[in-house]
Amino acid sequence: MAEKVLMKGNEAIAISAIRNGVDGYFGYPITPQSEVMETLMKEKPWETTGMVVLQAESEVSSINMVYGGASCGKKVMTSSSSPGISLMCEGISYMAGAELPCVVVDVMRGGPGLGTIQPSQGDYNQIVKGGGHGDYHNIVIAPASAQDMYDFVDWGFELAFKYRNPVVVLADGVIGQMMEKVEIHPPKPRMTDEEIRTKAPWATVGKPASRERNIITSLSLDSDTQEAFNRKLHAKYSEIQEKEVKFTEYMTEDAEYLFTAFGCSSRICEAAVDMLRAEGIKAGLLRPVTLFPFPYKEISRLASQVKSIMSIELNFGQMVEDVRLGAENKCPVGFYGRQGGNIYTPEEVAEEFRKFNNIK
Amino acid sequence: MKEEIIIAGFGGQGVLSMGKILAYSAIMQDMEVTWMPSYGPEMRGGTANVCVIISDRKIGSPIVTKYDTAIVLNQQSLDKFENAVKPGGLLIYDPSGITREPVRKDIQICRIDAISHAAELGNAKVYNMVVLGAFLKMHPVVEQKNVRKGLEKSIPARYSDLIDLNEKAIAEGMKHVVSVNQI
Repeated sequence: MAEKVLMKGNEAIAISAIRNGVDGYFGYPITPQSEVMETLMKEKPWETTGMVVLQAESEVSSINMVYGGASCGKKVMTSSSSPGISLMCEGISYMAGAELPCVVVDVMRGGPGLGTIQPSQGDYNQIVKGGGHGDYHNIVIAPASAQDMYDFVDWGFELAFKYRNPVVVLADGVIGQMMEKVEIHPPKPRMTDEEIRTKAPWATVGKPASRERNIITSLSLDSDTQEAFNRKLHAKYSEIQEKEVKFTEYMTEDAEYLFTAFGCSSRICEAAVDMLRAEGIKAGLLRPVTLFPFPYKEISRLASQVKSIMSIELNFGQMVEDVRLGAENKCPVGFYGRQGGNIYTPEEVAEEFRKFNNIK
Repeated sequence: MKEEIIIAGFGGQGVLSMGKILAYSAIMQDMEVTWMPSYGPEMRGGTANVCVIISDRKIGSPIVTKYDTAIVLNQQSLDKFENAVKPGGLLIYDPSGITREPVRKDIQICRIDAISHAAELGNAKVYNMVVLGAFLKMHPVVEQKNVRKGLEKSIPARYSDLIDLNEKAIAEGMKHVVSVNQI
């Protein structure tokens, strides 16, 4: 039986990294995610699995250390919170351009600027639509519990290596700071050099006589070469959209009204759905688990079924734009958000729902 | 069964670890828990609080504004959370931390003089366990054997000799909690 441990979402990221054979973590402290590196430093994985843990001098250094490790086919990651992620975006763009796998955890806090250290979901547009420059996508997965934080590290690396693409775990201050029960699975060893050669034949691990040089770069000065590369990336993103969409539904089968929410907001909406159902109002919830690729098709399907959709987010209207694209004008789409670390209660969400839907 | 608890006091009173031990005890009883601390600037200014939810079902929202129980260990926390207790709920306070008595008539109010009982045990650090005992006496949401397991899980191995002392402090809290009103 899996061991059950009480831990913070941030601690779950660290423990999961060690137990899932991650080779290196490079980071710089920032609230509300500092427990990731604190836990790694406390656990000293360099003495057990050989995992490298290093506090860089800045977020810019951390992400470029990740670039270096990833170039060698290693499972490497970093974590930060909103202002730190902004600093990393150049590096993430370069990794998307060099087609390098990595996992970046963003435990979102309020912004813009230094903002607040309280929870927020204000980085949706930044992370889901790009972040850095150039025509690229991160694969974005959004945890809603400490268990998700634990599980998404391994899932993130699976996606990152499958598609040679950066994966961002888009969490928030609530999920990072909250403790919950986490089931810990048996540890996986780190990849051997032989496994890296098989799993990442593109990695720069020393050239044998049998093949050409492997080159890791995002630079391409020839127009046609660059365009061909953009087409290749685009085809990859289309395949990801085709194959990797993940979402959960709560009480949608007979729903007449739909909430859409991700991360911690989805849990608050679940409680709001229960409240409204107790009053005889048939509400349901769709929680996108992958934000890129986004579950447009499922929202389109549900938009034909329900009277309205309401997107609930800790920002002033970001994911709602994708919800509108999915709903294809088949039903009205409303929005409610809070900011600054103020978090809606289920009662408040239910109240805003009644206002939007003119239900007394 | 679902119990939503807010524990609030000064940093250093062991508010967060009390919540953690309670949450771990509930996990040992195979229940679902969430433990959500305040980690904002107010915490740096001295006050700390944690919301613990224990349920036999999956917990939706970890954020609530009304509580079944408020455990308040200083005046600011009493001011902030007295009105957040659901009617018929429970408020536990330490008289040495406050300058005015609670006034609600529609909730059960209990006091525990935890500082002096902790001092009698010879270790002021078990203060929070005396308070936890008071709570568990009033709302026995977890069995004693699981509290023991929760302590074993929460206390670092190098302090394992303190588990018995913590358990004793919980027993003291259970023995000395006083109900100050009838509802």
